[in-house]
Amino acid sequence: MITQKKKESSGVRLLKNIKKHWILYLMITPVVLYYVIFSYVPMYGVLLAFKDYQIKKGILGSPWVGFEHFQRFFSAYDFERLLMNTIGLSVYGMLAGFPIPIIFALMLNYLRHTKLKKVIQMVSYAPYFISTVVICGMITIFMSQDSSIFNVFRGFFGLEPVNFLAKAEWFKHIYVWSGIWQGMGWSSIIYISALAGVDYEMHEAAIVDGATKIQRMIHVDLPSIKPTILMLLILQMGGLLGVGFEKVYLLQNSLNRSAASVISTYVYEVGLIHSDYGYSTAVGLFNSVISLILVVGSNQLSKKFAGESLF
Amino acid sequence: MKWRKSGDRRSYSDKVFDIVNLLIMIMLLVVFIWPLWFVVIASFSDPNQVWLGNVVLWPKGFTLVSYEELLKYERIWIGYANTIFYTVVGTLVNLIMTVCGAYPLSRKDFMPRHFVMVLLLITMYFSGGLIPTYLVVSKLGLINTRWAMIIPGAMSVYNMIVTRTYFMNSIPPSLQEAATLDGASSFQYLVRVVLPLSKPILAVIGLYYAVGHWNDFYSALIYIYDENLLPLQSFLRDILMSTKLTLNNTSSMDMATVAAKAQLAQTLKYSVIIVSTVPVLCIYPFIQKYFVKGVMIGSVKG
Repeated sequence: MITQKKKESSGVRLLKNIKKHWILYLMITPVVLYYVIFSYVPMYGVLLAFKDYQIKKGILGSPWVGFEHFQRFFSAYDFERLLMNTIGLSVYGMLAGFPIPIIFALMLNYLRHTKLKKVIQMVSYAPYFISTVVICGMITIFMSQDSSIFNVFRGFFGLEPVNFLAKAEWFKHIYVWSGIWQGMGWSSIIYISALAGVDYEMHEAAIVDGATKIQRMIHVDLPSIKPTILMLLILQMGGLLGVGFEKVYLLQNSLNRSAASVISTYVYEVGLIHSDYGYSTAVGLFNSVISLILVVGSNQLSKKFAGESLF
Repeated sequence: MKWRKSGDRRSYSDKVFDIVNLLIMIMLLVVFIWPLWFVVIASFSDPNQVWLGNVVLWPKGFTLVSYEELLKYERIWIGYANTIFYTVVGTLVNLIMTVCGAYPLSRKDFMPRHFVMVLLLITMYFSGGLIPTYLVVSKLGLINTRWAMIIPGAMSVYNMIVTRTYFMNSIPPSLQEAATLDGASSFQYLVRVVLPLSKPILAVIGLYYAVGHWNDFYSALIYIYDENLLPLQSFLRDILMSTKLTLNNTSSMDMATVAAKAQLAQTLKYSVIIVSTVPVLCIYPFIQKYFVKGVMIGSVKG
């Protein structure tokens, strides 16, 4: 029996499988179709980056231009600024935004008031569900008016009110810290649950050895949740150049523009506003290729040094 | 004696830690709550008092004037109706597509399982980008139709993997054997056994999707230009982010009226935030525990 089965070619086996589980194949069809149409066809459309796109000729018929669009981007006068803003915002966002949820989870874990703990958790998750538009609206309210809280505060010290959103040098701080406000509670969930799984016997042993809570945090909790931390670190590394379009776009104005333009807003501008399809695709491709390299690279590094990897 | 001494010292250091920890946590609580609370009280306050910066902890000069003003804003209500439509239909499409993907991929006897999985996973790490996607949507004739808000985001691989993980880990395989023995087809098994047992995960995923649709601003920015089709978030953006005030016939008004109008336009921002965010924040406390559950299941490597 077994040898006979082995003789069947994979094609025959597939046909039998389809016949037996046709309903499963029927279900998966729209899903595969969806990804082919909305993910794989656009991937093929990336060819635009090497073409001088003419609507009438379509993607295939348009003439090749090689790396012309890329050269244009690399020599564009704002190339360096766009790249630095993108990297700057994401590196700053990661340096500040990555450790904070971990510290928050560790501290919350040692909070003795169970009720307060629950309230803080619930309240800290809430901002995550507020839309980017509303968050940016709130930032505008709190940052740009003379009577806003920060300016009232400055008033106490006899300082002039500042329209923070009109100052390019303030942009990155506003962007990063509002992001932390919105996301830290939500990001901490995963660490809180990892901490709940830490073996209590280790804590007991540490207590017997006279460890303080801070020592237990550093020597018991942190090593125990290291795999979780590494996994999330890899995930975030991949998003290093994927600075969210919406928030930068919404907070952008003519006064803070020098700091508030990143690759993704540039792709939108040249692509959809100026309809420069080929060029926009090239810039977008540059961004995704670097992101891909970052994901794979950080994954390899983590595999090598920590024995943890996503794939 | 020695033991007790060291015990005392330890509890002293920990006591300090506990107090500092408590203080920091209470401070954080204020940082999370106050901005949201301010928007609430400002929306109920006299615009002039808000303008002067007198509203800090409680509403000053309680009034509903900004809500009355909002009621007159027809565009907001068109957006509201559109958003409800996009959220309901979009979430339904999302759920159907997600189950259609997750269920076959959770079955070990589905042969192309690995192939399809890889096909979908690749899309998580690489995409064609804005313009190639835009061109596809445009070729399909979806630009400036309601479908543009629903079809291009018909499902997310991440949520599909979460659902698949749940199907594989939380539903005993013996149930399938029993169902097969009883002569149930795969589909009957899915509808009668798997789906009813998966209510918690479907609720979580559905809520993720629904919040995503409710807050979606990007799709409309890229694909929609007809005002009658725009979702709430697009109108919100116009009201919240505009610094210029829409003043008609300023010449015929005296300075006081102009100032009052400007202040009213400002408080309109608060009431519009409340009206648009309340639906999400109202259901939030009840479903909070499910959200957390969803993150947990998602964190299991698929």
